[in-house]
Amino acid sequence: MDFELMFTSFPKLLNATLITLKLLSVSLIIGMFLGLFFAILRMNKNIFINKFAYGYSYVFRGTPLLVQIFIIYFGLGQIEYLRTTFLWVILKEPYWCAIIAFALNTGAYTSEILRSAFQTIKPGVIEAGKSLGISNKIIFFKIQIPIAIRQSLPAYGNEIILMMKGTSLASTVTLMDLTGVAKYIISTTFKPIEVFIVAGGIYLFMTFIIHNVIKFLEKKYSFQQ
Amino acid sequence: MELLAFGKTGWGDELFYATLMTIAVSVTAMLVGFFFALIFTPLKLSKYKSLNLIGNFYTTVIRGVPELLVIYLFFFGGSGAIMYVASIFGYFEYIEINAFITGSMAIGIISGAYSTEVFRGAIQSIDKGQFEAAKVLGVSKFAQFYKIILPQMLRLAIPNLSNVWQITLKDTSLISVTGLVEIMRQSYIAAGSTRDPLFFYSFAAVLYLLLTYLSMKFINRLEAKYSRVY
Repeated sequence: MDFELMFTSFPKLLNATLITLKLLSVSLIIGMFLGLFFAILRMNKNIFINKFAYGYSYVFRGTPLLVQIFIIYFGLGQIEYLRTTFLWVILKEPYWCAIIAFALNTGAYTSEILRSAFQTIKPGVIEAGKSLGISNKIIFFKIQIPIAIRQSLPAYGNEIILMMKGTSLASTVTLMDLTGVAKYIISTTFKPIEVFIVAGGIYLFMTFIIHNVIKFLEKKYSFQQ
Repeated sequence: MELLAFGKTGWGDELFYATLMTIAVSVTAMLVGFFFALIFTPLKLSKYKSLNLIGNFYTTVIRGVPELLVIYLFFFGGSGAIMYVASIFGYFEYIEINAFITGSMAIGIISGAYSTEVFRGAIQSIDKGQFEAAKVLGVSKFAQFYKIILPQMLRLAIPNLSNVWQITLKDTSLISVTGLVEIMRQSYIAAGSTRDPLFFYSFAAVLYLLLTYLSMKFINRLEAKYSRVY
């Protein structure tokens, strides 16, 4: 066991954790809006809109995240037209490509989580709101959304942890995130176990924090008081 | 379309074999996972705290660490570990493990952690009375597990195991970093030599969708078979 290597690689890995956290938070925020948007589309009565939202979540949940990143990073650059538009400024950066892929991926899962949460809301709650003369808009934003968020907290917590692990794929498109730096150190020192313990420990610590924050929120917003 | 032609001119046959490789790795990894679940599920359900700890350590670490990191550990550390064990037995030659074994072991250990959780949940949701009834009737421990618990457990576990299968299938794409020629690696090679990454990666996505779709159809049938009421 090479403890010296573990000590010297720790600050490097910690530094790379910042990139992991940045990738995670930005893609989660975009993904949450995408998820809410597509969950609302899923509840639409129009069959085309409904099918479109279903197709989105089916494709992104049915294919590996790696394929999605590669299509966006390597594939989209091939389209000549895109290179002439302002989008190219974003798409030539591996950082933004990774975020687009992560956001679309987590958006697909989030839309499913939110959809099932909306479906568990009892119709009586909405009817009660209506009979009190509350407008549809306020019923949606002040009654349905808060209940749905509470319902989906446990599942969404899992999704955050899955996404945190997913950000490790950013290392395949040249980004030096936690996994990227870990791989670099392993391939230069050939000490996989030591580096795995340090990098894995950092990931586990983040999992632990996320898990407990979600647990705290669940307790705080639980209905039984 | 000529890019997908079979034979020397296109990539059809290469991608076909790559798809078979993806299926082979996924199935092997799933079986390796079952093997690990068989060891760790009893540990997690044991009444001894120390055994619980070992079981929990396995599932917590594997489910909290990125799959890619586990694969790198096996890829860079696998042959070293085997050579270390071999050196104890007096064998000092260089040993190389092929990418198939490394990959299916790495993915298998990951899938095993998820399977363990599924089996644990399934066993715990079986009514306690079933165990007690078996005991009262004097059924042996062996028969109790195979004839009473297992059939009930499978029925509860199959829907969740189908999720584990989907995760495992998609995780195999990560083995491409070790150079094993499965769908992702083959698409990478084809994209590099034809300079048409958009087409080949999109085609890879279609292949994965096809695999998940077909396996869902198959699992649904299995589920219908096992969900009959006893």
